[in-house]
Amino acid sequence: MTAVTTAGRRTSTAPQTAGRGARSRISYIPTLILAMGALYCVLPVVWILIASTKTNGELFSTPPFEPSFHGGFVTNMKALFSFENGIFARWALNSVIYAVGGALLSTLVCGCAGYALGRYRFRGSVWLFRSVVAAVLLPQIMLAIPQFLLLAKLNMTNNYASVILPQLVSPFAIYLCKIYAEASVSDEVFEAARVDGASEWRIFVSIGSRLMMPALVTVFLLQFIGIWNNFLLPFVMLNKDRLYPLTEGLYGLLVITGGQAAQYSIVIAGVLVSIIPLAVLFLTLQRYWRVDLLSGSVKA
Amino acid sequence: MRSIGDRSGPPDAALAVAGAGPVSEGPARRGASGVGGVGGVGRTGSAGKAKGLGRRHRTKLPHVLLTPAVILFLLFTVAPAGYALFLSFQKTKVGGGLFGDQNPTAVFAGLQNYSATVHDSEFWHSILRMLMVAVVGVPATIIFSTVFALCLDAKRARLTGIARLAIFLPYAVPGVVASLLWGFIYLPATSPIGGAHFDYFGSKAVFFSVANVAVWGVVGFNMVVIYTSLRGLPRELYEAAELDGARELQIALRVKLPLLAPTLTLVTVFSLVGALQLFNEPSTLKPIANAISSTWVPLMRVYTDAFVDNDIYKGAATSFVLIVMTVAATVIARGILGALSRRSER
Repeated sequence: MTAVTTAGRRTSTAPQTAGRGARSRISYIPTLILAMGALYCVLPVVWILIASTKTNGELFSTPPFEPSFHGGFVTNMKALFSFENGIFARWALNSVIYAVGGALLSTLVCGCAGYALGRYRFRGSVWLFRSVVAAVLLPQIMLAIPQFLLLAKLNMTNNYASVILPQLVSPFAIYLCKIYAEASVSDEVFEAARVDGASEWRIFVSIGSRLMMPALVTVFLLQFIGIWNNFLLPFVMLNKDRLYPLTEGLYGLLVITGGQAAQYSIVIAGVLVSIIPLAVLFLTLQRYWRVDLLSGSVKA
Repeated sequence: MRSIGDRSGPPDAALAVAGAGPVSEGPARRGASGVGGVGGVGRTGSAGKAKGLGRRHRTKLPHVLLTPAVILFLLFTVAPAGYALFLSFQKTKVGGGLFGDQNPTAVFAGLQNYSATVHDSEFWHSILRMLMVAVVGVPATIIFSTVFALCLDAKRARLTGIARLAIFLPYAVPGVVASLLWGFIYLPATSPIGGAHFDYFGSKAVFFSVANVAVWGVVGFNMVVIYTSLRGLPRELYEAAELDGARELQIALRVKLPLLAPTLTLVTVFSLVGALQLFNEPSTLKPIANAISSTWVPLMRVYTDAFVDNDIYKGAATSFVLIVMTVAATVIARGILGALSRRSER
C-alpha cells in the first residue's frame, strides 16, 4: 500500500499542481467524487489485507475493518505456503513463467509482424493486414475450447506450451505495432541508414526495434496482464495442479474448501499474496504504459 | 480489453482492448468509401506511407518477420476454429459390442448439434443472464469512468494523482482473484458490508453482484483511456468558453463530453464485447453462490457441454454459435455507435 501512495504523489506533483497555482481554490465536488471512486476501488483490497491478519475464528467474530495482531497473519501465511507441500509457491512461479515468457515471446512475434506490415509493401501485405484487422473481431477467449479440442486430439495438452503458444499471436498487438511502425518511425532515418549501406536486417535490429520501443512496452504489458488474468485457457488445458497458474490454483482452493468456512483464511491469504506483487509492479510501471496507443491515436 | 466480464486475452485484457482495432480502423476504410469516419479515433492514414519502400529495396525481411506470426495464427486460431466447425457437424454413435457401448464412433450429424443448441431454452436463458449483467455493468462502467475522467481533468480538483492510481489499482487484480475477493465481501459469514442481512447472491441481486465485480475491475482502465483522450483535446476549445465565464460543469458537459464521443464509442464497444465473454467472475463465484448454475452464462455453458457432459460435439457447436453471435454483435454495435458518434459531432 505504501508503494501505491508514494507513487501517486510522485506523479501528481509534477505536471498538475504546477499549472494550478497556489491561490486557486479547490473544487470540492470533483475532488469528492474522485475520493469516493478511490475508496470504492481500494477498500476491498484494504479489507482483504485486514482479513488476512485474522485467524479463522477472528474472521467471523471481530469487526470487519479492525486488524488483529495476534499472530493470525503469520499463521495464515504459513498455512498458505505449506499447503500441499508448498504448491502455492509453485503456482506463483507458474504464473510468472506463463505471463513473462508468454508476453516476451508475444511481443517479439507481434512486434516483428507489425514492423513488417508497417514498413514494407509486398505482395499480399494489404490482404494480410486486412485479415489481421478482421481477426481482431474474433473473440480469442471463445477459441479456448476449440484450441483445447485440437491440442487434445494431438496429445499436446497439459504442459507449459499448451498455455503459452495459443496466446502468442494477438491481432490487436500486431495492429498496434503496425500503426506505430508506420506513423511514429520517420522515413528519413531509414533512408539515411540505407544510403549508408545498412542492410534491411541491420536497420530493423539497430534502428527499427529501438524506435518501436514505446509500442513494444505497451504490447508487453497488455499481453502480460492478458496472460496473467487468463482463466479459461489454463482451466481447460491443464489438469495437473503442479502446472496451474495462481488463478487456477486459488479457484481450486476455493472449490476444495468451498463447503468449509474453516479454510477461508487460507484462501484470503492467497488472494492477498496474488494481488500485492502485481499491483506494486503495475503501478510502478505505469509511467511506461502508453494508454493513448490503445485508442489508436499515435503521436510521434 | 479489459471490459465487463473479461479480463483475459487480453485479454483478456487484450481482448477488451481488441475492440479498439476495428473501431480505429473504421475511419480509414470508411473514409475511402466516402461515408466519413468516426472521427478522432485513429486518424492515422494507413495507406500511402509505406508505399514504394519495399519495391526499391528487394528484401525477404518482411516475409521472415511475418512467418512466426502467420504460422502461430494458422495453428492456434484458424486450425482450432476449423476443427471446431468440423466437430460441430458430428456426433457420437454408440454402437457395436455386446453391450452396445464399445467403440463409440463419430458420425456425421448434420445440423443436429446446432439445432439442439438453438432449441435449448437454457442456452437462451444463459444469454439473457449475460445480457442482464451487461445491462447493469456496461452503463455503470461507461458512466463512472467518464465521470472520474472528467473530474481528473477538472481544474482545481485535488487528490488527482492518488485517485488515479487508486481507481486504476483493481485493473492489476486478475478477474478470478477479484471475484474471490468480492466473494468474501458478499459472503454472509465474512461480509463487511452486511451480507448477513442482505443476500448478495439472491436471484436478482446476483446480477448486480457479478456486474459489480466486473465494473470494479475495469472502471480504472476505461477511465485512463478516456482521460488520456481528454488530455489530447485542444485546450483552446474550452479556454474560450472559460473566458466567456462558463462554469466548470457546463464546460465538462457541453464542450468536453461531445468531443469525447469517439472515445466513448470505443470504450462502449470494448465493454459490450467483453460482456459477451463473461466467464471468470460467475465461474469463480459459483462455488459459493447457489444462484449461479453451471450454465449461467454462454461460455460456462460451452464449458459444461464439453467437459462436464463430455459432449465435445455439442460444445463445439455452441462455441461456434457464440463466435458468430459475438462477431455479429460487435459489427452491429460498431455500426450503431459509429453512426451515433458521427451524428453527435455535427
